[in-house]
Amino acid sequence: MAVNLGPQHPSTHGVLRVMLELDGEIVVNAKPDIGFLHRGIEKLAEYRTYHQIIILTDRLDYLAAMSNNLAYVLTVEKLLEIEIPKRAQYIRIILAELQRIASHLFWLGTHAHDLGAMTPLFYTLRERETIMDIFDAVAGSRLTPGFMRIGGLAAEVDREILHRIDTFARYLPDRIDEYESLLTDNPIWKSRTQGVGILTIDECIELGVSGPLLRASGHGRDIRKTEPYSSYKDFDFNIPTGTRGDVYDRFLVRLAEMRESARIVQQAVQNLPDGPHIIRKAPGVLPDRDALDTDIYAMIRHFHLITEGVKPPIGEVYHCIESPRGELGFYLVSDGSSNPCRLRVRPPSFVNLQSLVKMVKGKILSDAIAAISTIDIVLAEVDR
Amino acid sequence: MDIDILRKQFGNGILDISYFRGECTVTVDKEIIVPVCRFLKETEGLAFDFLSDCCGVDRLSDRPRFWVVYHLYSTAYNHRLRLKAAVNDDNPVIDSVVSVWPTADWHERECFDMFGITFSNHPDMRRILMAHDFEGHPLRKDFPLEGR
Repeated sequence: MAVNLGPQHPSTHGVLRVMLELDGEIVVNAKPDIGFLHRGIEKLAEYRTYHQIIILTDRLDYLAAMSNNLAYVLTVEKLLEIEIPKRAQYIRIILAELQRIASHLFWLGTHAHDLGAMTPLFYTLRERETIMDIFDAVAGSRLTPGFMRIGGLAAEVDREILHRIDTFARYLPDRIDEYESLLTDNPIWKSRTQGVGILTIDECIELGVSGPLLRASGHGRDIRKTEPYSSYKDFDFNIPTGTRGDVYDRFLVRLAEMRESARIVQQAVQNLPDGPHIIRKAPGVLPDRDALDTDIYAMIRHFHLITEGVKPPIGEVYHCIESPRGELGFYLVSDGSSNPCRLRVRPPSFVNLQSLVKMVKGKILSDAIAAISTIDIVLAEVDR
Repeated sequence: MDIDILRKQFGNGILDISYFRGECTVTVDKEIIVPVCRFLKETEGLAFDFLSDCCGVDRLSDRPRFWVVYHLYSTAYNHRLRLKAAVNDDNPVIDSVVSVWPTADWHERECFDMFGITFSNHPDMRRILMAHDFEGHPLRKDFPLEGR
């Protein structure tokens, strides 16, 4: 029997369609069908200046907009050879790690909800809401902050907000204990997740799978450690790994990652260096808004950057970061003009989703639901 | 990473090796893309077991017009390499590397969908993001941004 799961179905986390071929309750074959949310972001980017693309990146993975911002601006900074101030690097880390926590919280709530546990969603969204409020205070918007700039950040983060962030990072581990009390030793939860959707390390690497899925299989690859960017070297944190590579291990890995992220945030707030939040004297960096009223050169520079944009040298760069979902990479080809010749996004969700077929073949239908939500896909990123 | 070993192995098939911003780019003849990929994956000291990304690039005014770009990563040695092969406009075909890295499956389908580059020996060469009856290839430079 053929069953059409999605594209409008709550457990497909967006507009994913999976054509399932069933024999009784056994999944004989699964064919994911994607593209329902394709907006042509890579095409749009070819008609935008390097600054204007920042807001497009927010709309890729909307559950981790800060991570997308970060990956993109780091790629442009690599192309322009800009070294940014330490303070900006630390604040970027704080925001990216808060984003990781927010993304994992949302995943945990919806994942548990898919498997029939309704309560955790209410608790996890409570903590996620705190992070969204922090983003609102920092950037002026919650879901699509667009806060990072080429050369640093759009604005300074003040002391009061840093205090809120620190308080949050301190009490988060207790809240994670709460979630664990609901799920970790729960026999129904275990029977729904243990031994389900197993991927081995070799299968993950063959399929290009990265992020928590790869680590739950026992491989320790985390780009924050293997190819550190933005001062991650300065922080002390562990990379949690699993052993069996099933849905349960991915749950444990993501919970442990949130604890590690909270540790990084605390360290970053404590050791936050003084200094500017953006380097002004670098190619392509917008001047201070206030300087436009008093400094004619700043005004000219601003005018040039807004009307023409920055023109990077001819060349191509690839840069990737560890987003909440895995390796998020941007590949930029510059032809020396003010628009990129090509902007390619290497979306972790897109690549990880390929592993779905392997996870569900020969298993029962209810395990397919667990497998879809364990990947933690965001369809806006899959389809771009 | 000793990349000159590629020159020794493939001679004139390696068209260029260049460095930019600390990244190494190797341009190869598209006819030998599969042997090169297999060599890069299986040679001790290179061991590019992880295909990060594979995508197309349209250089409308250049001849040949398209590039197919592979971003490789080695989990054992933690190094990266960019591999590039040029593909002609009038016959945009290149061999599929799915047999080397199964992850290339969807990447190559997307590249076909967006640029019209066909990958021979691909197990399932059809569109992935656009509708199956869609006409044209949106990421080509001569495809308009809006309106047709």
